[in-house]
Amino acid sequence: MIRPTHAFKETPSQTAGPYVHIGLNPNVTGIHGVYETDLGHDMKTGAVSGEEIIVTGTVFDGLGAPVRDVVLEIWQADADGLFNSPVETRGKADPNFTGWGRAAADLQTGQFRFDTVKPGRVPWRDGRLQAPHISVWIVARGINIGLHTRLYFADEAEANAEDPILTRIEHQHRLPTLLAERTGEGEYRFDIRLQGEGETIFFDM
Amino acid sequence: MKNTPSAHAGFMARDRAWHPPALHAPYKTSVLRSPNAPLLSLPTSLGEETGPVFGPAMLGELDHDLIHNYAEPGESAVGPRIIVHGRVIDETGRPVPNTLVEVWQANAGGRYRHKKEGYLAPLDPNFGGCGRVLTDENGAYEFRTIQPGPYPWANGGNDWRPAHIHFSIFGSGFAQRLITQMYFEGDPLIAQCPIVGAIPDRAAVETLVAELDMTRTVPMDACAWRFDIVLRGRRQTIFENRLEGL
Repeated sequence: MIRPTHAFKETPSQTAGPYVHIGLNPNVTGIHGVYETDLGHDMKTGAVSGEEIIVTGTVFDGLGAPVRDVVLEIWQADADGLFNSPVETRGKADPNFTGWGRAAADLQTGQFRFDTVKPGRVPWRDGRLQAPHISVWIVARGINIGLHTRLYFADEAEANAEDPILTRIEHQHRLPTLLAERTGEGEYRFDIRLQGEGETIFFDM
Repeated sequence: MKNTPSAHAGFMARDRAWHPPALHAPYKTSVLRSPNAPLLSLPTSLGEETGPVFGPAMLGELDHDLIHNYAEPGESAVGPRIIVHGRVIDETGRPVPNTLVEVWQANAGGRYRHKKEGYLAPLDPNFGGCGRVLTDENGAYEFRTIQPGPYPWANGGNDWRPAHIHFSIFGSGFAQRLITQMYFEGDPLIAQCPIVGAIPDRAAVETLVAELDMTRTVPMDACAWRFDIVLRGRRQTIFENRLEGL
C-alpha cells in the first residue's frame, strides 16, 4: 500500500497578538514571580570567546512607525562558527554561549537590544563558507506568520562578497537591508522594515 | 539517538497556501505589517536546521500549572479548570521530543494581565496567564489552566476573539519555529474572527480547534481538551544505509 509521504500538514500559524510578552517575556510586562528570568535574555552564561557585541535596532511598519510590541529571536553560531546544538558535529561550541536570544522591543521606544558575540563563519550546504551572520525571527500583532531574516555585518565586506546567499540575491539593491552597520566599538545597528521602501529581505527557508 | 535530526537533512518546504498570508485586510494590523515583496526562497542550512535546546532544569515546578503558578499560596485562578494536552509531531508523523511549548491566554473573564489591555472585565489576582512545558520522549505535553473567556477587540466595529490559548513551539530546528492559537470546539465566535479568517482553508482552521476529551477529563476537577500540533517535517536522511528512524 502506498502511503502519502506528506502524512500531516503543518499546524497553521496565527499572529502572536499584542500580548505575546505575557507568554514569552512575562517579566518585561510586569508579570513577576512565575518565571525567575525570561528565557533568552542572557545569551552568555560565563566568559565567552570572541568579540562581544551589542546589536540594537528598531522594527518599522509600512508607515515608518516603530513596531513597539515586537518580539525578536536570534540564533547564531559562536565566534568559531559552531552551534550550541546536539547535532553540531564539527566541534564543541563555546559552552558559555547559548547562541539563542529573545528580546522584546522597548514598549515605549520600540528599540530592541541583544548582547551577544560576533559569529564565526559557517559552511553552506556545498561547503563554501558563509559570511558571519545571525538568523532573526520576528513576531508581533499583525504578523500572521513569523518572519525569518538574517543579519550580516557591513564591516565584513570581503566575506559578504563571497557569501553564497548574498551573492545569489537577484535584487542586489536590497542587499543593504540585511547589513548591520557598525556604530561603535562592538556596537551594531540593525533596523528592520516590514514593508515599502527599504523593505528588509525576508526568507522562506 | 535515532530521533536526533541530522544536520543537512533539511526541512520540507512550508505550504504558504495553508498558512495565513501576511496581508489579510479584515485583520487591520496586518495591512501595515506585511511584507510586500515575495519571500526569498532558500534551502535550509545548518543555522536553520539547528536550534536552541531547553532542559527540565530551566523550568519551574509549577510552570505547566496556570491555575497555581501565579496564585497566592492556598489560592487558585478563577474559572472552569481544564487540562490541555496533545502531541507535537512533524509532518511525517515523527514525535518531536523534549521541545519547549509556551502558552499564554486571557483569564476566565477574557482579560489579559497587560497594562495596554482595555477590556472592562476584571483582572483575576491569582492568574498570570503564562505557562510552559517540555514535550516528553513521545512528543506529548500537558498543562492545566482555566478556560479563557472570549473578548472584544478594536478592529472592526464589533469584533470578538473566540476563547483561545496562544502556543509557541520550537521544534528541533530554528526553521520550525511556530506560533499559533488553539480554539475550543463548538465556539460560534471562531467563524466570525478576522484573525482566524486569515487562514484560507477551512480544513486548516479545523486543525486549530481542540476537541473535548472525556477520556482525560478528571471527574469533579477538570475537563480535558486535546490539541495536537504538527511542525514542519524533516526530510529523511540515510544513516548507515538505513532510513533514519527505521
